[in-house]
Amino acid sequence: MTYRPLLAGLADRPAERGGALGYPEHVAVWGRLPRRPAGWLRAEAASAGLTGRGGAAFPTGRKMAAVAQVRGRPAVVANGMEGEPASRKDVTLLLRVPHLVLDGLQAAAADLGADTVVLAVKRRSPAAEALDAVLRRALAERRDDVAIEVAWAPSRYVASQETALLRWLSGGEAKPILVPPHPAQRGLSGRPTLLSNVETFAHLAHLARVGAAGFRAVGSPEAPGTFLLTVAGAVHRPGVVEVAGGTGLPAVLAAAGGPTERVQAVLVGGYFGRWLAAEELDTVTVDPLALRARGATLGAGVAIVLPAASCGLAETARVVRWLAGQSAGQCGPCRVGLPALSRELDRLAAGTMDAESASRLDRWTHDLLQRGACHHPDGTALLVASALRVFGADVDAHLRARRCRAGGGRPAVLPLPASFFGDGGWT
Amino acid sequence: MVGLRLDPVACDGRGLCAELLPERIRLDDWGFPILAAGPIPRELLDHARRAVAACPVLALTLVD
Repeated sequence: MTYRPLLAGLADRPAERGGALGYPEHVAVWGRLPRRPAGWLRAEAASAGLTGRGGAAFPTGRKMAAVAQVRGRPAVVANGMEGEPASRKDVTLLLRVPHLVLDGLQAAAADLGADTVVLAVKRRSPAAEALDAVLRRALAERRDDVAIEVAWAPSRYVASQETALLRWLSGGEAKPILVPPHPAQRGLSGRPTLLSNVETFAHLAHLARVGAAGFRAVGSPEAPGTFLLTVAGAVHRPGVVEVAGGTGLPAVLAAAGGPTERVQAVLVGGYFGRWLAAEELDTVTVDPLALRARGATLGAGVAIVLPAASCGLAETARVVRWLAGQSAGQCGPCRVGLPALSRELDRLAAGTMDAESASRLDRWTHDLLQRGACHHPDGTALLVASALRVFGADVDAHLRARRCRAGGGRPAVLPLPASFFGDGGWT
Repeated sequence: MVGLRLDPVACDGRGLCAELLPERIRLDDWGFPILAAGPIPRELLDHARRAVAACPVLALTLVD
């Protein structure tokens, strides 16, 4: 079969009618999942240049090969936690085309000889009830070689980090563990584990059908295939879009109906990402490697549009306050340093900071890199550093205690989970 | 080639390491150590071993 986007078959099922593609409909659009010999899928993934869609963009074929090389029965885990507050692509995949994700899990398990397959989702989320219904029905329609277990994990932000998730699945707290060893070597209960984002598994399901050549029919040589992105903020049709790799960011915004007012900046990569100024957008493409080369990141595929009339510093300060509160509290620089960073950023946003403190704030964004068991402090520090760069003129204005050009009183643009969904325990 | 590795979860910010090996370890504004990257120069190896041994929570190790 030829290339089909992941969200194919949904054109005649508009979002308002909702609903998942049932198994017969799934087969009508995609065909059945073909059986492939062990090792075939990971080789095709390598040739296809498929990279993980969870944020790190690690080459999937290489990750699968690493799992295959370790002694022990492998496990396969799909990360459907969607920790990024503004992201909706994972829940969209699971609610609309669950069988693509489930096919991907089966194909990967068969490729690696895994006997344990888990789909991890958040225990508390606005979509949890709908997800439960869709997944129960989808699993009941299937006859998989290896039964897929759905695990309902703690809903805190860092619980979706790969080592935290595996630690919880192994019976511990949902807090990150220092690497190495990586999950491919020691993951679920110490076994070699393939842990990838649900979108990555959906692409594997596609790859199992069309092979590397078919996969590369769309996208650019450096960013093959399609990418799901969540577009939020000041656009006419916020939501999930699917675009070919290499697509320019202006076209991504156009796919979401275009901006509703003049664009000031776009936060690319979610709260683990970076701000990019409006003037830079023409050179931004949906290409994880290209973004990394310019000090940015595609992250979980989130692009939030900040309109000209909003204050980027105030928005960032609000998100950083939340991020600081999401620390697992295991590592000093994160437990103590992130709240300190947050307090200083609040002062800057409120116009009560002096220039000396501003240079200390900047220094802290460097001091917080590579200081923890996970990259939570790095993500927050780099977000703040990008805000100080992109909103540099506002930094100057706030330091002189001038009125913020945004004027205040605007509703917040960057979304945060209601506390019920973001809090809860670690087990 | 020997380097220093810190376990950030075990580290409690006691600060003995920075006192014993200031050439390679400094404390951030919150009292937690920042390690210089790269291998330890041979003339500092003894000091590095002392810093590793002095950590009350065994957060510091020497690695190849």
